[in-house]
Amino acid sequence: MTQPVSTSTPSASAGGVLAPSSPAKRRRSRRKFSVLTRRDRFTLLFMVGLPAFIHIGLIWVPTIASVVLSFTKWNGIGGLEKIQWVGLQNYSQLATIYQPFWPAVQHNFIWLGTFLFIATPLGMLIAVILDTNIRGSRIYQSVLYMPVVLSLAIVGFIWTLMYRPDMGFINNLLVAITGNQSFIKSGTAIDWLGDHNLNLWAVLVAAGWRHVGYIMVLYLAGLKSVDNTLREAASIDGANARQTFFRVIFPVLAPINVVILVVTVIESLRAFDIVYIINKGLNGLELLSVLITVNIVGESSRVGFGSAIAVVLLLISIGPIIFYLYRTMREQPE
Amino acid sequence: MADLGQRLSRRTVLKSGAAVAALGGVSAFLAACGTAATPAPSAAAPTAATPTAAAPSATAAAPSTAAAVTFGSNYSDKVPKAAMQAVVDAFTKSTGIPVTVNTVEHGKFQDSINAYLQGTPDDAYTWFAGYRMRFFASQGLATDISDVWKTVGANYSDAFKTASTGDDTKQYFIPFYNYPWVVIYRKSLFTAKGYTIPATIADFTALGDKMKKDGLIPLAFGDKDGWPAMGTFDIINMRMNGYDFHIGLMAGKNKWTDPKVKAVFAKWAELLPYFDPQPLGKTWQDAAGDMITGKAGMYFLGTFAGEQATDKTVHDDLDFFPFPSFGTMYDAEKAIDAPIDGFMLSAKAKNVDGAKAFAEFLATGPAQLVFLASSPNNVAASKTADTSSYSPFQKKMAEIIGGAGKIAQFLDRDTNPAFAGPTGMQGFLQKFLGDPKQDLDKFLTGIQGFYDTL
Repeated sequence: MTQPVSTSTPSASAGGVLAPSSPAKRRRSRRKFSVLTRRDRFTLLFMVGLPAFIHIGLIWVPTIASVVLSFTKWNGIGGLEKIQWVGLQNYSQLATIYQPFWPAVQHNFIWLGTFLFIATPLGMLIAVILDTNIRGSRIYQSVLYMPVVLSLAIVGFIWTLMYRPDMGFINNLLVAITGNQSFIKSGTAIDWLGDHNLNLWAVLVAAGWRHVGYIMVLYLAGLKSVDNTLREAASIDGANARQTFFRVIFPVLAPINVVILVVTVIESLRAFDIVYIINKGLNGLELLSVLITVNIVGESSRVGFGSAIAVVLLLISIGPIIFYLYRTMREQPE
Repeated sequence: MADLGQRLSRRTVLKSGAAVAALGGVSAFLAACGTAATPAPSAAAPTAATPTAAAPSATAAAPSTAAAVTFGSNYSDKVPKAAMQAVVDAFTKSTGIPVTVNTVEHGKFQDSINAYLQGTPDDAYTWFAGYRMRFFASQGLATDISDVWKTVGANYSDAFKTASTGDDTKQYFIPFYNYPWVVIYRKSLFTAKGYTIPATIADFTALGDKMKKDGLIPLAFGDKDGWPAMGTFDIINMRMNGYDFHIGLMAGKNKWTDPKVKAVFAKWAELLPYFDPQPLGKTWQDAAGDMITGKAGMYFLGTFAGEQATDKTVHDDLDFFPFPSFGTMYDAEKAIDAPIDGFMLSAKAKNVDGAKAFAEFLATGPAQLVFLASSPNNVAASKTADTSSYSPFQKKMAEIIGGAGKIAQFLDRDTNPAFAGPTGMQGFLQKFLGDPKQDLDKFLTGIQGFYDTL
């Protein structure tokens, strides 16, 4: 937003502020010797107005509306005049009375932590290994990438079958290994998705299964773009494989690393479909995205309360967004 | 001159820009607020303006040129969908009024019901009796059909009329069929093992001990979806504290912190060793499967559990009995959950007379029997329905419902949907099942606290 302003002359700042696009520049050069024709003005209005309309209408207004609604009580029925102002009541109820809230916050952070410290590094490691052109590299790539083309809802469905206590693959594998039938008997079987101490981790394995492949492909693409002379230079200098990666390749891939970090954070915060398919995000699988949905969708609309949860999720998301914007804006002038 | 023009144009651009932004803001704000931005006043207009409103005789045998009735149906599964189509065809045949059926997947139907009723709803739609009906009636989203009830009232018992009546004593609902929550078992298993039907809770636990010895789970149970456990709470509460207390609790008149409620959970915890020990990973279909395949001896659920017995000989082998009595003063009322499914007319109905004719038709025994021909796990709501075509399974259902002194609708139909929802009672009951030995006072204070925030 700031750049176009600095490059434009004072007389054109109006157009420049609203539309950082090249048509505005073209108009400015013409304006030096003629006034805008009606058609020019229409074009300008169109080019400035449409993006502004879409951007403000689809992003800012709903966001601000959510924030405003979070201070209200409204069941979604009847006109806007039925909205009651309740101040901070929704937030205080969230923190004190609404029992799924804190577990949901905790689960979101566990999700983020697991992706950040286990799934993402694993995907990067696999990418580095595959980049060494080991035999069958393409087959491994295809196999690992396969889950990524599935939606998380499908992943959830597949793993629900795998985790079934009686007929599922995993418990039957345990029986095959140990020869102990109690792994599939009702009562003693491991209830992977029903036990609220266990199911979050079981789901993270399923979600991570997909995430690893995603990160692998992203990172592999980055690694392929690294100039080979860098590696040669490093090996001439006597660096071993580990040193070459951490001292040379990893720093060179800084832009890719930021993308991967952002993708990981986004994937963690928007997790929803997989838990919703498994058990509607209840009983140990609560996430903020689920709480927003169950409060707003359906007969039981608590629009204000759901909006308050959405604002909490927004505040959590803003951190990584600011970090990302700071990085990209700082790098641009170079 | 040039300078002036330039300034003018710049100002215009700015102004227009602001106008565009403001416009975008308003419309997007409306969009953000969902469909709720269409207030009631606009609803009144279309009903009055429809051409059929000018012909009050539409309810009588109509000419073939009659305007079509639109009908929103949540009967999205294959078999009930075909059955509903047969009902609709029978209506069109007898009255000449065509019906446009708009079928929506039932989960989605329920999730979008608020938006649907405030947007452009169909004239008639499928819905449930109890609080869920009264809620929409009191929000002005349903058409009063007391006049239809004057005609069809004789088809129903008083219990059904009460279940169709809104807070304002007007009727808004046409009951179609219902089904009881009972203990279902396989006759062959009971005969083979010499089990007898338990009448009291002591008999029940004795039978449970016997089944455990035989390597069976006495009671199948699945609560992954959150709602099946509500039925168990309902029945224990009604057996121990009576129907009136239960309904008062649902309506918020009685408190969850009442020692009577604590006693219900304490008793339930005592009975839990007879239930499947791992219910939270199982759906009701899984649990019904356990009972049908002989892993479990019995299953407490609505008779729709019979849907899982797709083989006719297996279905014929199913039988059921009411939940055992607890030896309290409430045994005599024989209360059960027997939820009623039926129809309502939307407040925005365009073809009100046609829709009322349709409602009138749906309230008759023959229409209900057309539907039940392919739905052997329900019974007709109308008392005038000819029961001679019922299977033994259906006859027994009718008998148990007829013998019940008090009929509740089910927890999620008797109370505020926000309270019954996933992060409300569904979550609380799962929490209880996950740790039945927890501090019940704290647990119940949490429930009451949540209720009070709504």
